[in-house]
This record gives sequence, C-alpha cells and structure tokens, in this order.
Amino acid sequence: MIQHLLDGILVGAILSLGAIGLTLTMHMLRFANFSHAELLSIGAYAALVFDALFSALLPALQTAIPPLSLTWTLSLATVASMALTGLSAIAIDRLIFKRVREKGGELSMVFASFGVAMVIRNLIGLGFGLNTQLYSDDIVFATVLSRDPLILVKPDQVFTLVAALAIMVVLHLVLSRTTFGYSLRAVAENPVLAQVSGINLQRMVALIWILGGTLAAAAGVFYGLTNQITPVIGRDLVLPIFAATIVGGIGSIYGAVLGGFLVGIAANLALVVLPSGYSPSVPFLILVAVLVLRPHGLFGEARAT
Amino acid sequence: MIGLVSYLVFFATIASILAIAVLGLNLHWGNTGLFNGGVVAFFGAGGYATLILGGTPQAAHLGGFGLPYGLALLGGLVIAGLLAWLVGLLTIRLRHDYLAIATFGVAVAFENLVRNAQRLAGGASGLRGFERPLADTIPPGLAYNAAFFAFVLAALIATYLGLERLIRGPFGRLLRAIREDETAARALGKSPDRIRLTAFVIGSVILGLAGALYATFYAFISPQDVLPILTFQIWAMLIVGGAGNNRGAIAGAFLIWGAWTASGWALSRFAPIEVQLYTGSIQFVLIGCVIVGMLLWRPQGLFPERLVVSQSGQTDR
Repeated sequence: MIQHLLDGILVGAILSLGAIGLTLTMHMLRFANFSHAELLSIGAYAALVFDALFSALLPALQTAIPPLSLTWTLSLATVASMALTGLSAIAIDRLIFKRVREKGGELSMVFASFGVAMVIRNLIGLGFGLNTQLYSDDIVFATVLSRDPLILVKPDQVFTLVAALAIMVVLHLVLSRTTFGYSLRAVAENPVLAQVSGINLQRMVALIWILGGTLAAAAGVFYGLTNQITPVIGRDLVLPIFAATIVGGIGSIYGAVLGGFLVGIAANLALVVLPSGYSPSVPFLILVAVLVLRPHGLFGEARAT
Repeated sequence: MIGLVSYLVFFATIASILAIAVLGLNLHWGNTGLFNGGVVAFFGAGGYATLILGGTPQAAHLGGFGLPYGLALLGGLVIAGLLAWLVGLLTIRLRHDYLAIATFGVAVAFENLVRNAQRLAGGASGLRGFERPLADTIPPGLAYNAAFFAFVLAALIATYLGLERLIRGPFGRLLRAIREDETAARALGKSPDRIRLTAFVIGSVILGLAGALYATFYAFISPQDVLPILTFQIWAMLIVGGAGNNRGAIAGAFLIWGAWTASGWALSRFAPIEVQLYTGSIQFVLIGCVIVGMLLWRPQGLFPERLVVSQSGQTDR
C-alpha cells in the first residue's frame, strides 16, 4: 500500500511535468494536442544521444554520481535535451500546427496532432529501433526503507522526485516573480485581454511551446531513469497526461501539477484492488469521473467556446 | 488469373467493410462535427458481440450462443449503439476536444479490457469458434468469398443510401444547422445535445456494422484488431476522401486501403530484409504524413462537401 503510494507520487511528478505544457497549449491554442506526450519521447531519446556525445567528448565525466546510476554526462545531456526539445516543440508548431491553425477549424488541429504523434513515434522507432534502451547498464540496488511492510526505494527514484519538485519550485518562482510569469498567467487567464494590454501573443505562444517542451523533456528523462526508454513512451503516457490536465482544469498550471500527482497516485493505488493488466484503463476512469462530476476540472473555470 | 481475381475480391471486401466504417465516421465528423477518437471501440464492440452471440459454444470464455447470423449481427449493432449511447450521455454536452479525449480513452480502455478479460472476450488470443454464415451451402474458397463480398457490397450500398436519405432529409438539415450555428438552432427550439447524441449513436451503430462484418469475414477477432492504428486509418480515409461527402468517404476508403496494401507489398518485395522489420513503422509514418499533408494543402479533401444552400449565391465558401 505504502509502496504503491510512493510509486504513485513518483509517476505523478513525471505526469505533472508533462501536464503543465499540455494544459498551457491546450488553453492557448484551444485544441487537444495528442502529440504532446511525444515530446517526452523526444526528450528521452535526445538525452540518450547527448549522453553518448558528451561521454565521447568528456570521458572523465562519465562517472556515476553516487549513490545514483545517473552520470555527470547524463545530467548535462538532460539540460541539452531540454533545450533541444523546447526548440523542437516550436519547430513543430511553426511547420505544422501554426499552418493548420490558419487554415481550418479547431478540430483539424486535433487530427493534425494525431498525425504528428504518429510520425514522431514511428520516426523514433525507425531511428533508434523498437527495442527498449537504458541510460545505464549498472544495476542500482533499491534501498530497503522498511521490512514490514516491505518498502523499497531506488536512489534514482528519490532523485527524480526531488528534481521534479525543484523544477516545479523554479517554475513557481518564475510565474510569481518575473514579467514573463505575469504575462503567462495573464494569457492563461484571458488571451484577448492580455493582447489588448500589450502582450505579444505570438511570442507568448512560442515561449509556451518552449516551456512545455523543456518540461516534457525533463519528464521523459526522469521516466527513462526509472523505467525503460522505448519509442512508445508517448503512447503509454498520453492518456494519463490528458487525465492529469483535465483533473487540474485546462489552463491551470498549479492544477496540472496537482492533477499529475492525483492521477499518478490514484493509478497506483488502484493496483491494490485491480489486476495490473487493467492499469492502462485507470486514467480513463479518472477522466470520465472528473468529466461527469466536475467538467471543468478541480481548478478550471467554464470558458467561452 | 484466378489468384488475381481472388485477391481483388479479398481486397474489395476489406475496402468495402472499411468504407462502411468511414461512412459511420462521416456522420459523426463530416455531418455533425463530433470528434470520435475511439472509432475502434465501436468497431470492436460490433465485432466482438457478433462473434460472442453467433459463435459455437465455448468453454474458456463467454459466448458461443450459436444464434442465427442475422440475430448475432443485430446484437453486434445493438451493443455498439449501447456503448455509444453510454459514452454520449457522459460526454456529448462537453466541448469537442473533451469528446475527442474521452472517446480516445474509451478505445484504450476497450482494447485493455478485451486483452485482459479472458472469461469475457478470450483475452489476448481473441475469439474463435465462429461458423461463417451459409458455410454449409456455399463451397469455401473463391465462391464463398465472392458471395460474402456481394453481401458486404449490399450492406455498403444500403448504408450509403440510408445515410444519403437521412442527410438530405430534415434530420440532416438539423445536423448541419447545429454544426454551423448551435445558438441559432437552439433559438429555433431544437435540442442540440439530443440531436448530437442521436447522430453519435447512429454513426456508432454503422461502425459496429463494419466491425461485425470484419469479424465475420475472418471468423476471428482479437485485441490486435482494435489497436489505435485502425482509428487512424479510418480517419485518413475520411480526410482524404473529403469530410461531409459520402461518396468521397467511400472513395477515400478504397484509395487509402489501396495505398496501404500497396506500400506493404512494395516494402516486403523490394526493401532489404533488415528494413522489412520496420514495415509497420514506415507505413505509419507515411499515413501520418498523408493526414498532415491533406490538412495543410487540401483540408476539404479530394472530394469536397458540396454545401447545400437554399438560396443560390449565399455562400462563398
């Protein structure tokens, strides 16, 4: 039970990072972006490539930071991957979403996002193979926190959680202390009014894609550290991330964080009563429950269509 | 020669079955503006229910009620419709992208359910033990396949004519009125939610019909048949054909299914062996590009919807 709770918090942190970007783009651009979870895959694989690159350039840094399996090179690679994924998110918007947006209706965007997801996922499969990969082949033993009940925690898991929380704290500070944060929240509240008060909407869209891509990349690497890296990370996480976004209410950043933890914990606690084969259905059940009970999420408000 | 004819019959049967599904989706998306992200759930519900109701008795899982084919097929349609009604009741009043996410979730949960529920749906190994209709009167092989093709073609034509009638009639005008301007429709005393729900259920019953025919043709259905890629293929057919136009929808189904099988054949024939492992991935990339490309350069499809206007020269779309 407590083990499930811990696992849930961990997955929840990853979902939260994914959901922040999704909630902002969904709110700003008014479409359900089915390709957002693919940004996590791009991030995870970009870190893999950068890790190999940095290891070749700076072999001295290729040592693990004890007690983690995380190496110094992978930490650097993660930062590089966050930057690259943020840029990819803008590039995808410029190349595809922006043009579809100018052409047609809102629902064309949903179709387009499905197409983009399909292309990204399978290009990754073509480029890196369909097999699972790992950042490190070292086996890191889990630390036994308690024997009765048995609770195991890997140092990597603790690190992942701390790092995710740190990112969220930084984000909170940015949102509450900087001009960019004020503009972002203004745009999230009311894009039209924000534009009237002199905020450049086009630039905000670009910044939100960067933010979303950066956070998604971090989530992708953290997911890869605690699970395995496969081309179908996006497929497996798209529904939980949507559930987190909807639980939190579309457009609410803090809601997305809380929604991520709620979905992660609920999905893992459900394993106490449900056979594990059914776990992919749990986010769906949460989603339907929220849509029926509180259609605008826990923190969202009804918005004009 | 016989080989080619058999193959063409086989190809046309599958393409026609998918065309029926595209017609169902066209009622959702083309005519009503409902985004159904879970096409396979309704397709699968029809297929699974038909095999459970019409199959021979099974020890390992539910089903094998051995009902006459007509009844089993009807049961498949009813189950698909019931699923749509349930999903629609919960989500139809929500904004459209919520519906997209919710129906996508339905499809994920459906696949997850049939893959795990051994007692209900045979689990990962799927459902077998189904007597194909009239199997003892028509000799197996080409004769049977030709007869089944005729049956599927009749179903396709009936679906097409039925939908054309529905869309040209008052119900179709209502659908378009709601799609274009919900507030105006409401002001005229219509209930958009109820009309939408009706259209959602009718379209899903048609998707169920396609699934039932598909399962009948193979006398087998498994979780592999309800993967998200099928939803995606059916969308591609509608987008390429032109949403809102039933004839375009049928043409799109044949075009995309032709391109899909041709690309699969070409890859297996000409690509080096190590590339063939990735045939699926290459095909998925191609179909993804077709969808995105159509949306970018020809969003109205190859055969655009002809807008019905009561006074000429009123629209310049």
